[in-house]
Amino acid sequence: MTDFSMTPAHSRQQTRWGKIALRWLLYLILGVFAVYYLMPLFVMVTTSLKSLEEIRTGNLVALPRDVTLDAWKTAWSGACTGIQCDGVRPYFWNSVLIAVPAVAISTLLGALNGYVVAHWRFRGANVIFALMLFGCFIPFQVVLLPMARLLGLMGIAGTIPGLIFVHVIYGLGFTTLFFRNYYVTIPAELTKAAKVDGAGFLRIFWSIFLPLSLPIIVVTVIWQFTQIWNDFLFGVSFSQAGTQPITVALNNIVNSTTGVKEYNVDMAAAIIAALPTLLVYVVAGKYFIRGLTAGSVKG
Amino acid sequence: MSKWIEDHLPKVVLAPSFIAVLVFVYGFLIWTAWVSLTRSRLLPKYDIEGVIQYKRLFAAPRWDVAMNNLFLFGALFIVISMVLGLLLAILLDQNIRTEGAIRTIYLYPMALSMIVTGTAWKWILNPGLGIEAMVRSWGFENFRFDWLVNPDMAIYTIVLAAIWQSSGFVMALFLAGLRSVDTEIIRAAQVDGIPTWRVYSAIIIPSMAPIFLSAFIVLAHLAIKSFDLVIALTGGGPGFATDLPATYMYAMAFSRGDIGQAASSAMIMMGVVFTIVVPYLYSELRAKND
Repeated sequence: MTDFSMTPAHSRQQTRWGKIALRWLLYLILGVFAVYYLMPLFVMVTTSLKSLEEIRTGNLVALPRDVTLDAWKTAWSGACTGIQCDGVRPYFWNSVLIAVPAVAISTLLGALNGYVVAHWRFRGANVIFALMLFGCFIPFQVVLLPMARLLGLMGIAGTIPGLIFVHVIYGLGFTTLFFRNYYVTIPAELTKAAKVDGAGFLRIFWSIFLPLSLPIIVVTVIWQFTQIWNDFLFGVSFSQAGTQPITVALNNIVNSTTGVKEYNVDMAAAIIAALPTLLVYVVAGKYFIRGLTAGSVKG
Repeated sequence: MSKWIEDHLPKVVLAPSFIAVLVFVYGFLIWTAWVSLTRSRLLPKYDIEGVIQYKRLFAAPRWDVAMNNLFLFGALFIVISMVLGLLLAILLDQNIRTEGAIRTIYLYPMALSMIVTGTAWKWILNPGLGIEAMVRSWGFENFRFDWLVNPDMAIYTIVLAAIWQSSGFVMALFLAGLRSVDTEIIRAAQVDGIPTWRVYSAIIIPSMAPIFLSAFIVLAHLAIKSFDLVIALTGGGPGFATDLPATYMYAMAFSRGDIGQAASSAMIMMGVVFTIVVPYLYSELRAKND
């Protein structure tokens, strides 16, 4: 009898301890992975705050003994990209000048396109949408050569307007997709009722759809900004000395072969290049993730 | 007149974007396909000569390396990112108190440029001052971790950095999937005494099949387009050891002045994307129309 009453209690206690142990193991594994994801950022930040001397004699993961901001100053305004030594500052502003108009234009066009595709269906609208959607997936390598020639013919090769143009064109597919998927959830009855009341195409967009669009505008702006700010392929293919975006400048600084290798400056420059998108992620992470998943998960 | 405009306004609004996509995506695609069939070198020529560029391409050892790298890198990157992403999503789905913070940490690399990621890992992996030097300074004098400069291993540094960048995103996809599984079914299974791992392997994971497909498509797409990461991390080296089709195409187009080779390699990349994406898009659009 005692055996019978003992065994369940005993095993219950065992599973309780097992559960606590499992819980600890779970947190341990999650913690290990957190370290894995954070380690490169940690190393970047600490390296950027060390002197070259300390980097050579010290340890990769050690905290800086003497914190110095010299590397940051050099990265911002003195580091050399090839022959020029102005740091990343001019290129940072190039990226801003490219990203801001390109994001604004492609988002506005995407909103109008999405509105048409979702609520003003006409014959062939589906085919048009499918063709635009597929345009999101082409490897940009197939358009690099003709685009380089076209920008030359238009006289905007190697200019910032040229890069804005390219980013708007190849962002349209995604922005249209985002707005279309959002607008199809708005009931068609709303449009119909407004039409009965005499409102036209633009009026309905302006007074009904646009006021409802804030969430999707945020998602689209964040998505486009991240894409354009982080772009390298278009930047390196269609810019020239003086108009390069920051990603290209960063790569030039890191891979420049002249002079002493200044790892601390490389890391500071890399953090500067990453800061705007990191900031967006930290401030609006929810919308950032929604954008990431919007293109890939149905619904 | 104004009536006509009002009636056709939707088409008028959509037209510029549609024409832009027609010209700059499909027109350019045809241009590249055409040029890939010519003898173009420094300047494009338009006399079709057949598949001569493709023959040159398949005979080029460097292209061979690039394609092999793509399949090796693609396979490892996709499989490991998916396994890791799924594992982390399941672990995070166990009522973790600090879930929000952990999720933020796992996903932030996705906000970074591949150039930044490459720069960071290049520093960490450089044998002289990075991980190798660090472990040696701990007393393991013979420790070797020189993948970055070892032609046989350099491609794995690309895999390592790419997984670091993208696995958090896969985790987010799977986590969203786990949250959308019907909790009633899971509770019923638990009431029936079915062990947790069986609930996962027999109910939850199979019900997430569409998410596996989405994750696969996104990752495969990322793998084929990988360009920045290679440029920043290894520059395609040592030698051509870490070349991918994208870096091969770029070298041919902008530094070798061999437009014919650039166009034909771009078309092969297009073909790979096409075979992966078209069946997916087709099924997606059909499902949406039903």
